[in-house]
Amino acid sequence: MEVLTPRSLEEALGLKAERPDAVPIQGGTDLMVELNFDRSRPDAILNLNEVAELRGFARENGALRLGSGLTYTEVMEEELAGLLPALAEASRTVGSPQIRNRGTIGGNLGTASPAGDALPPLLVEAAEVEVASARGPRTLPLAEFLVGPKRNALAEDELVVAVRVTPSGSRQTFMKVGPRNAMVIAVCSLALAVDREREEIRAAYGSAGPVPALVTAPLGEREQFPERVAAAASPIDDVRGTAAYRRHALRVLTARALERVLT
Amino acid sequence: MKIELTINGERREADVWEGESLLFTLREHLGLPGSKNACEQGECGSCSVLLDGRLVCACLVLAAQADGHEVVTVEGLGEDGQLHRVQQAFVDAGAVQCGFCTPGLVVATAALLERSPEPTDDEIREALSGNLCRCTGYQKIFDAVRAAAGATS
Repeated sequence: MEVLTPRSLEEALGLKAERPDAVPIQGGTDLMVELNFDRSRPDAILNLNEVAELRGFARENGALRLGSGLTYTEVMEEELAGLLPALAEASRTVGSPQIRNRGTIGGNLGTASPAGDALPPLLVEAAEVEVASARGPRTLPLAEFLVGPKRNALAEDELVVAVRVTPSGSRQTFMKVGPRNAMVIAVCSLALAVDREREEIRAAYGSAGPVPALVTAPLGEREQFPERVAAAASPIDDVRGTAAYRRHALRVLTARALERVLT
Repeated sequence: MKIELTINGERREADVWEGESLLFTLREHLGLPGSKNACEQGECGSCSVLLDGRLVCACLVLAAQADGHEVVTVEGLGEDGQLHRVQQAFVDAGAVQCGFCTPGLVVATAALLERSPEPTDDEIREALSGNLCRCTGYQKIFDAVRAAAGATS
């Protein structure tokens, strides 16, 4: 095994082009479990911790560019929490303080788990994913980036560089069902925003289909919306819950989220 | 591969396997068994250390990622042979039964009090949510954290 530690984005993309088999590691909260339990033995690991360009976030003409190395702890800090409240709420439900200090938004995208907590809030805010390779950058909508359970649209020489999002300013929230309030992989989750300007309700569910997905409706159809979200999901039975329970929980979460956001 | 890092204020070198965790390096290469190895998946917090001042699970940090960085383990909290005030508070409150979770809880508590010197009970609960104790039921641990916070002010 080999660990490659680039010091710049250019170097990182060069290494990924040379070694497309190198598995990227940022916070390590997913990959280290694989290594510790002997589930994976990559020939090379690409350590992105020293790439300064991937850290933090920047404001760009009213939009936000979240570096793929942005941690959940950083998302919870005042400035970002004010701009992306549902994402901040979701971040606070990730693991524990230890996990949130290491886990990153880019890692959530790279892993592309149906249960990724950052994904529903980003879908609701119409986020785009900026990826790059030595061939150049490209940007795609988050919904197109997520192609299946733990599968994303990255080519083998590409890395997730940032998430671009223009905060809608709409009232929004995030809710998650699990056996406790910490250290929980979502049984199911929901982000919901009410956009009064566009008279639209937007919701995205997690852990209730192969990928987190968006459901929208005109604000006037509020009463039917919980049923619509539950019907849009395609949950399965697994160790964390049954499909029937997940559908029911989504119905309840949607009604509660609407109440929270509209009152 | 060789890595060089600052541990508890001291420059240390280690020859590590590329895929090993910082926890393994601390315990097996550097003679620092204070950080405990239990779940190896970030669930239990027994291996909590400070990496560049931030609380992390050492089992989820690739040792190679700690190269050039600063780590503080439970062994590095006290100074001049004295227990850190959090350690003393855990002793005084009887917040220890089997003791396996204690180093992680002590480091997590020290990190909490650094950030929030007078935490509310809800803050304590959230700050220690990543540290599992299967003996005490947490009551004595809460007593210890409150006492350590009191000792600051």
